Amino acid sequence: MREKKKMDLGSLRELLLIGVVIILCIIWTIMNPQFISMNNVTNILRQGSYTAIAAVGMTMVIIIGEIDLSAGSLICASGLVGAMVCKSTNNVVLAVSAALLVGVVVGGSNGVLCAVGKLPGFIATLASMTVLRGLAYIITGGNSVVWTNEAFTKIGTGYVGIVPIPVIIMLVVIIFGVFLTSKLRFGRYIYAVGGNMEASRWSGIAVVKVKIIVYMIMGVLTSIAGLIVVTRLGSGQPSAGQNFEMDCITAAVVGGTSMSGGRGKIIGTVVGVLLLTVLTNGMTLVGINTYWQQVFKGIIIVVSVLADTHTKKN
Amino acid sequence: MGKVLLEMKHISKSFGAVRALKDVSIDLHEGEVLALMGENGAGKSTLMNILSGSLLPQEGEIYVEGQKVSVTDPVTAKKHGIAKIHQELQVVPELNVAENIFLGRWFKKKLPVVDFESMITETQKYLDMLELDVKPTQKVKDLRIGEQQLVEIAKALSLDARILVMDEPTSAISEKEAEKLFTIIRRLRSEGRGIIYITHRMEEIFKIADRLTVMRDGAYIGTVNASETDTDEIIRMMVGRDVSEQYPKDPTEKGDVAFEVKDLTYTPAPGSFRRSLKNISLKVHHGEVLGIAGLAGAGRTEFFECVAGVHAREVTGEIYIEGKPVSIRKPGDAIRAGISFATEDRKGSGLVLQRSIGENISLPLLRQFSKYFVMDLKNEGRAWEEQIEALKVKAPGSRTLASALSGGNQQKVILARWLLTKPKLLLLDEPTRGIDVGAKAEIYQLINNLAKAGMAIIVVSSELPEVIGISDRIVTFCEGELTGEFLQAEATQEKLLHSATK
Ligand SMILES: Nc1ncnc2c1ncn2[C@@H]1O[C@H](COP(=O)(O)OP(=O)(O)OP(=O)(O)O)[C@@H](O)[C@H]1O
Ligand SMILES: [Mg+2]
Repeated sequence: MREKKKMDLGSLRELLLIGVVIILCIIWTIMNPQFISMNNVTNILRQGSYTAIAAVGMTMVIIIGEIDLSAGSLICASGLVGAMVCKSTNNVVLAVSAALLVGVVVGGSNGVLCAVGKLPGFIATLASMTVLRGLAYIITGGNSVVWTNEAFTKIGTGYVGIVPIPVIIMLVVIIFGVFLTSKLRFGRYIYAVGGNMEASRWSGIAVVKVKIIVYMIMGVLTSIAGLIVVTRLGSGQPSAGQNFEMDCITAAVVGGTSMSGGRGKIIGTVVGVLLLTVLTNGMTLVGINTYWQQVFKGIIIVVSVLADTHTKKN
Repeated sequence: MGKVLLEMKHISKSFGAVRALKDVSIDLHEGEVLALMGENGAGKSTLMNILSGSLLPQEGEIYVEGQKVSVTDPVTAKKHGIAKIHQELQVVPELNVAENIFLGRWFKKKLPVVDFESMITETQKYLDMLELDVKPTQKVKDLRIGEQQLVEIAKALSLDARILVMDEPTSAISEKEAEKLFTIIRRLRSEGRGIIYITHRMEEIFKIADRLTVMRDGAYIGTVNASETDTDEIIRMMVGRDVSEQYPKDPTEKGDVAFEVKDLTYTPAPGSFRRSLKNISLKVHHGEVLGIAGLAGAGRTEFFECVAGVHAREVTGEIYIEGKPVSIRKPGDAIRAGISFATEDRKGSGLVLQRSIGENISLPLLRQFSKYFVMDLKNEGRAWEEQIEALKVKAPGSRTLASALSGGNQQKVILARWLLTKPKLLLLDEPTRGIDVGAKAEIYQLINNLAKAGMAIIVVSSELPEVIGISDRIVTFCEGELTGEFLQAEATQEKLLHSATK
């Protein structure tokens, strides 16, 4: 009985956020009925999909007490590699595998630098962010990469019935994330390591391995997002994904993940992505310019975190 | 008796459904030491957190020298002359000793330049007062817990407060260091200050307390003069029944050798505060309790850490479990070999505070409680309930966060965790640190029963009567070396002390 009450309190935050999303939706609809059209709703979901996918990984990274700044560069790099492989081989499976491999390698090396090399995740991923972006320009010579394979393009633009393929991928990733963090043994490791690394190590948890795997998961999820972005754009751009890591971090923080590690929920992050996407989409629709959009996003971050610390005190 | 310095009237506080304080009133006079007594979870720390402004009460008033005050935060508390030594150390690990002691009040030369020199000189004064052998410029994270606690004490002394609250200040320091603290407390008392002192060590009460206020289950029970009471009466007030202070030591049948270590040598990385160990060799039999006595810094905790595989790279020597050599490269190896180590450092190497009690209990056993990669929540939940029941952890349920527990109950969760691993060798570092008298007796009984069931146990404790009371055999450590060995029957406090200070 008491435990049930506790659970409710835990999801209070998510419910509150969903409330805010609904209110926002109502406001936007009143200001511009276009907002609630099928077309726009699909659009919102598609816009949110790739952020959500990478943000699921980002949440895990933040829970273990680290951060990944290289997500934006990796989204670009993995997309480029996919595009280039597709262009030269015309083989979708090969293209997708290559992109995912990039994610594994980059994530893995981030993890190794951080867990074995004992670099703060902030520094390790700051480095790979810069390196990857540089490589993207070197390899492409600053030009965009185009391909002809229709099937590859479908990843970002196709539908199953009326549901866009990216949305389906997103749902799968979310379910994976929720299951991993709440039901799998590995989820326990993540929370324990993030909450108290020393205590976890002394309890026999392979802290180094856990960190590396989490960064790898992050890498793979980011490359999946990268494939969606590149196929939606229709060409590989060395400038793609700028500031994307910040969107992921914002979503996680708004969704209640603690930057000091050990605390956070995938569902919270997903609602965070939804909130931010609805906010941006609506503002664009009613004609608020992008500069003001940034100001509002910033305010949302502050308000949500303040609300959180305040409720905790009482 | 001096005039009334402080009154807390009708204080009530709830955390959700937990009623931590129910209409509690206490008063404190000038020039007196008031001991605040009660079982783990009685509400002592909560009451003091309200006094120091870290928590807000739902009901009640605070009067300082007859004036009603509202203490909304720690800064206001300081203004009213209230200072507090926290039960859980509140030091900033990355700052040095001087910076910690004067945190928030760093000396300014000319704004905004900090005057580090005079801060360091001033700090040295307090360190000398406590005869604490650390440098003001040392980072606090490089100190052992006992030293950190002394820094915390120095910090509170430097505040020059009229009302000084000490929440279990001696839980991690040795008797010798505690004596120095008492000398300081007596001096503060003679200066007319009021001191509220919380402890679970009964003998301390009669050394320094003038009056005692007892709490039970968040309620006020009564106040008595220290000169007109005795241990039994206090315990009766605290627990509501009689508790024998005896050590329940049954003769156990000593079995085969369960654990043997040969020539364990540990050379800590340069710059580490840890003490090195030289050629430690010892054996423990099944069913035997081995006590380790020694002064703070003798290397007892380090010995446990080495056996538990925490510093494997810097350790040489051989370890045998039931006669078979085992190679311990990391903590996981030790756990698998049947060695479990219950740390005294709750916050550091002990608990994941923001996770539930249950998750903390099963932390080393996640593999056992999962099928393939999925947690077997039913099985796990059952084990949680059993352990909480067995150790009488006082909490609403197994899903309560570890951070919401009182200090003593947190210690019990650590014990619960390591008992669940059903080890062959159990290493207990200060197992009764911060644990109330009633629960202490239960833990002694538990150790006794485990030994009877054939477990080999090594206990480190700074309280000599405790070591002697619960061990079959006692070894002494001095500066990283094993210096003596005694059977229970022949051990006395004097002999142990002598052997531990060679
Ligand atoms: N932040 C919190 N949230 C929920 N419950 C809490 C919180 N802090 C304390 N409690 C509860 O309040 C009660 C009193 O706790 P408190 O820490 O005051 O005990 P204590 O007398 O200091 O015990 P100990 O001797 O073990 O330190 C306990 O039941 C504890 O679980
Ligand atoms: Mg307490």
